[in-house]
Amino acid sequence: MSLQDQLLQFLLSGITLGSIYALIALGFVTIYNVTGIINFAQGEFAVYGAFMAITVFQESRLLSGNVAVNLGWSLPASALFGVVITALLGLLLYRLAIQTARHASALSMIIITIGAAFVLRGAALLVWGTDPSRLPVFTKGSPFKIAGAILTRQSVWVVGVTAVLLVLLYLFFNHTLTGKALRACSINPGAARLMGINTKRMALLAFGLSAAVTAVAGIVIVPSTFMTYDRGLTLSLKGFVAAIVGGMSSPVGAVVGGLLLGVLEAFSAGLLSSGYKDAISFIVLFIVLAARIGGLLRGRAIVAEQAGL
Amino acid sequence: MLEIKAISTFYGHIQALKEVSLEVQGGEIVSLVGANGAGKTTLLNSVSGIVPPRRGEILLNGQAITHLPAEKIVGMGISQVPERRQVFGELSVRDNLVLGGYLRLRRGKKTAVTQDIERVCEMFPILKERQNQLAGTLSGGEQQMLAIGRGLMAQPKVLLLDEPSLGLAPLLVREILDVLVNLREMGTTILLVEQNARAALEISDRGYVLETGSVVLSGKAQELITNEDVQKAYLGRVNHKRLETRD
Repeated sequence: MSLQDQLLQFLLSGITLGSIYALIALGFVTIYNVTGIINFAQGEFAVYGAFMAITVFQESRLLSGNVAVNLGWSLPASALFGVVITALLGLLLYRLAIQTARHASALSMIIITIGAAFVLRGAALLVWGTDPSRLPVFTKGSPFKIAGAILTRQSVWVVGVTAVLLVLLYLFFNHTLTGKALRACSINPGAARLMGINTKRMALLAFGLSAAVTAVAGIVIVPSTFMTYDRGLTLSLKGFVAAIVGGMSSPVGAVVGGLLLGVLEAFSAGLLSSGYKDAISFIVLFIVLAARIGGLLRGRAIVAEQAGL
Repeated sequence: MLEIKAISTFYGHIQALKEVSLEVQGGEIVSLVGANGAGKTTLLNSVSGIVPPRRGEILLNGQAITHLPAEKIVGMGISQVPERRQVFGELSVRDNLVLGGYLRLRRGKKTAVTQDIERVCEMFPILKERQNQLAGTLSGGEQQMLAIGRGLMAQPKVLLLDEPSLGLAPLLVREILDVLVNLREMGTTILLVEQNARAALEISDRGYVLETGSVVLSGKAQELITNEDVQKAYLGRVNHKRLETRD
């Protein structure tokens, strides 16, 4: 493999990886824009999406092997199940953990989400145990060859699903009344209430939508990598880095941030060593955070207060 | 139409309104004048449910709306055009108007809302011209027109306006006030908050003077303009302003 081919290969893997980060980052941005909360339980949604889909797809033993489940659903049905259940989990998280603490500051809310992440991780450990599991690839067949690089069919799925989801989200936010109302809440919650928009319901919707999008990320990666109960934290942090790089409030920024981070990781893993790839993304996080997090939190805290969340 | 009975409103421990009572009859323009910080905006926010009063009662056509959330009160027929316009800057002019009719669209009244957008555009032709532009790119006067148009999209029985003349050139102020007179002729009831007291009282039927959270004077608008106490209140306003700018 020539260097040129290698570089192309890194780029392709980077874009695939970056698509996943982009979806998680979109989840972060959706919640942040409407509520001012940075939800560090975001990565758990990817874990739950994947495990829920796996559970109904194949023979599984839950709760330390005490419960056997053998539903044998089709792959599309399983994926849909994973997304829907995770969306409900997002709604539940808002109702139980966020709405009950609605008078707390944005910073307290963020810490609540970290607590929620621990609870969700613990529950995942209880239900699914420590064994890694995965789904089969969505379509079988030999990988595609582009110049000298290899693109697996699953990578095409990952990038394709991300692209379709982006288009759907774009249409939702720009061409539906509910989407516009969500944007109105993120621009000016006080004025949104004067239009008759129920900002609490919009926040609930944001949590559900965000969980669903991130669940998709979890489901499309499990054919390529194993899912374990404890992957949520890393996924959260990667998605957070991507969202921060993208400016935290822009969906387009989140996608660009995700792709940049994915490509950066792929190149550093390929050219330096795969051991460095996490370090690189956290160095990026550190630099961006040092530069801007203070202003970020203050600005949104005021918005959240106006919304009466 | 709108009855406010001895409401007291607080921000934390700070009392912003002290047992304020006020009444707006159907088809009237009523002005609320007073100094910066007298509680004018708080009063509107209490009526619209953004800052509900702790004590007292607010009735719309005899029905209590005191403790309803803001998003319900809009549906009952009270629409507020907030201070500093607060249009959704990153949305198009048309989408701002669409969101003004949010509750009606939720109830499936799509054609009626589309017709109302046309009517608002007739009232403010500049909005039609700029309907696909982002609201944030409009001038101050245009944003004020958009904010009023957006407020009208809810088909309010009572329109609350908070300082519509703020930061506008005198000619534009005239234009905006003329629009309010037209709205009254079409049957909309208006509660107007203004620092530009003379201009507001000139188009009003009645007025109230608010001072540090209490109504100190009320009466017919023409009487208030010539009233000596109102002149004193104006002087008071100047003094207040001086004090505020000093610290």
